[in-house]
Amino acid sequence: MIGITSYGAYIPLWRVNLSEIGRARGEKAVSNFDEDSVTMAVAAAMDCLKDRDRSKVGSLYFATTTSPYVEKQAATIVAVAADLPREIFTADVTDSTKAGTTAIRMAYDAVKAGSAKEALVVASDKRLTSPRSDFEMNSGDGAAALLIGDTDIIASIEGSFSVTAEINDFWRVPGDSFLRAGEDRFALGEGYIKATRDAVSGLMKNHNLSLQDFSRVAIYAPDSRRHAELVRGLGFDEKKQVQDPLFGKVGCTWTAHSLMLLIAALEEAKPGDKILLAGYGNGGDAFYLQVTERIKDVKNRRGVKKHLESKRMVDYATYLRWRDLLPEVPSAVRPVKIPSTTALWREQREVLSFHGCRCMNCKNIQYPIQRVCTFCHAKDKYEEVQLSEKMATIFTYSMDYIAGTKDVPMVVTIVDFEGGGRTMLQMTDRIIEEIKVGMPLELSFRELSSVGGIHNYFWKTIPVRV
Amino acid sequence: MEGIKDRVAIVGMGCTKFGELWDKSPDDLMIDACWEAFEDAGVDPKDIQAAWVGSTMSGRRGTMLARPLKLEYIPITRVENACATATDAFRNACYAVAAGIYDVVLACGVEKLKDTGFTGLPGNLEIITSEVTPPSPPPMQFAMAATRYFHHYGLSYEQGKRILAKIAVKNHHNGTLNPKAHFRREITEEQAINAPMIAWPLGLFDCCGVSDGSAAAIITRPDIAKNFKQDYILVKGLGIACGAQQAVLQNTYDYVHFQENVAAGELAYKEAGIKTPREEIDIAVVHDCFTITEMIIYEDLQWSPKGRAPEDVESGFFSLEGGLPVNTDGGLKCFGHPIGASGLRMIYEVYKQLQGKAGPRQVKNVRTGLTHNLGGSPGWFTSAVAIFGRRD
Repeated sequence: MIGITSYGAYIPLWRVNLSEIGRARGEKAVSNFDEDSVTMAVAAAMDCLKDRDRSKVGSLYFATTTSPYVEKQAATIVAVAADLPREIFTADVTDSTKAGTTAIRMAYDAVKAGSAKEALVVASDKRLTSPRSDFEMNSGDGAAALLIGDTDIIASIEGSFSVTAEINDFWRVPGDSFLRAGEDRFALGEGYIKATRDAVSGLMKNHNLSLQDFSRVAIYAPDSRRHAELVRGLGFDEKKQVQDPLFGKVGCTWTAHSLMLLIAALEEAKPGDKILLAGYGNGGDAFYLQVTERIKDVKNRRGVKKHLESKRMVDYATYLRWRDLLPEVPSAVRPVKIPSTTALWREQREVLSFHGCRCMNCKNIQYPIQRVCTFCHAKDKYEEVQLSEKMATIFTYSMDYIAGTKDVPMVVTIVDFEGGGRTMLQMTDRIIEEIKVGMPLELSFRELSSVGGIHNYFWKTIPVRV
Repeated sequence: MEGIKDRVAIVGMGCTKFGELWDKSPDDLMIDACWEAFEDAGVDPKDIQAAWVGSTMSGRRGTMLARPLKLEYIPITRVENACATATDAFRNACYAVAAGIYDVVLACGVEKLKDTGFTGLPGNLEIITSEVTPPSPPPMQFAMAATRYFHHYGLSYEQGKRILAKIAVKNHHNGTLNPKAHFRREITEEQAINAPMIAWPLGLFDCCGVSDGSAAAIITRPDIAKNFKQDYILVKGLGIACGAQQAVLQNTYDYVHFQENVAAGELAYKEAGIKTPREEIDIAVVHDCFTITEMIIYEDLQWSPKGRAPEDVESGFFSLEGGLPVNTDGGLKCFGHPIGASGLRMIYEVYKQLQGKAGPRQVKNVRTGLTHNLGGSPGWFTSAVAIFGRRD
């Protein structure tokens, strides 16, 4: 039996009220200016890997249509930041919104073939949408992670069915900031509706399933109207069976969307429940899953539910600034320096994995790694410790109003880690009035800068999300 | 271990006006400061046997001083030690004289910050790193000490801001009495408290300015000094201490004192034979890059008990008429901080005060004066303390 052994998700803290975009109710989830598909993927992966033995993970598939690099693997950044072992297979699965479900299929096949004990699928998207467009209204940011394995399964993958669809419904060519789309009745009708319907129908036919077999139906959709059209057309009971597609709450999170809906379904599932999962993007992938007794053992996950509850509103103009969609006066602040790629490579265990050290002589934890202990001065007697999952508290902080960052003021914190260690980190996702000495914080992987073609990632502090 | 006490003398000093000197190059500044020093000492530039020049970003190598001054084929060393750069250039010059290697040497500090085209300090332009350390401009670094000081000693934001404002008001007042200062305007506590925020909780008037300037000193042995002038000044103690980033690595560090200051102060006091600094120091010019820094220095250099500096600020103990006037020349607050020059600018003020030549800001009966610099950020400062006295 092969199936899901753990799940995790990430929805950014921030929400934009849809009434600021057009005639609509509800809100959409938007990532901060320092988040992208990679940082959100790391957050979802960390949620999924909590209390798991990372050494069992043999493959990582990073599914996205919005990789920060056109050429250079992004899965490697996710792998190192999520502190996965070096001896793993990594791949980016890209270029269509179906990449999330495609990655599930690839992970399933890898585990089935025995090339990985466990395979981690992380799907994440941060899509740039043109202001006040329908895409902007319907699009949201988020990430989902699923661990696929063959032991301690919480939901078995009982079968899958895929169709391919060669069609220019949505596409981008190199250099495009925004999605191109065909005439929507054609693009959505012959693309999304047809391929997804055919995948679901094929799956049900192959496995002799009837509509009533499914307690939950988690289906990708580019907008709520097409979602309703599809599930109604297939004959599912919208109230009883269909998983809320999160429009008005998050929006379509593209490659991550159907995975997030699956996770939301798993959060409410009972042993024996059958779940339908379907993704679309130049073809449809459909899966049939069955929940096991072990679903009760999944604890300590933020998943979709807790992330949905943890939110703050951001005004539309600020959101547009975050996306660089408002022209700005060239600032009188010095440009950010290009990081040294050799230094970044050399320091990746500290910078990306956020490893500090524990002195084997005096046991004190330090960050970054100190070859000579700051306390007892022992030389080269340390072991690495992962600090990215530690809780921290503000020892002191300041808020710089002239440093010229996108989030004025720039808040920098000196934090003390639970269990020892202190360091200085920028703070993000913060509400100025709530910051105080002693405030509990956690770490979040963020993009510090992007200059010279280098996306420079590091950890920042954030108020505890849940 | 023999200290520096009474082994070297200053026989001449020079200091440019500090400010936004758009029409002056670093070369102009060095020439102006050094020629004032040469003339003050009555020394011919040809008689300078060795020189030390301090600058953090306005030039490199000893040649940066040789070329404008036309010092020909003598040993010159460029010194960099953050905000203590000039004091360290001076210190190295003193040691060379004390060691008997040279008789007459020059120490010069210079910085030209206003050519960068940006406000604030440029940071480490040349150092190549992974650039993941949070951007940490000085106001932000010292603001973290203010946040912690308020928290640690239970001061409300309003109480803390008012104490810091008093320090700014004092230094601005002193600056009005000094023609070489950049800012020469009285300010009020209300102005300081309500000024725009720079790095919370530090506002505009809690921060020193950014300026251009240069200062220089001629150093010789006391037995030769009287050939130059009768009112030469003696070096009594020199202490420098560097931190190893303890404040940000060790979660036991309190952030309300800077151990580098304490250590540099102890080194200098020991050399100078000073046991009760609060009583024995007559005036001091310290590194008030931010008002909170000056307050912490009061405690670190043993003038106020820990946590009690606010009481001394309230009572006016550090004002021009107080028990220990601090920053009699207006401090960094009024001079701005051309990094490589500030240490020698401070020594210039103590030199003038000890000679009784400080004009309207002259403090009565100054026998012992102290300068102090602090460069870097909490946990890895370079701190420098220098003590000077009159000849007996």
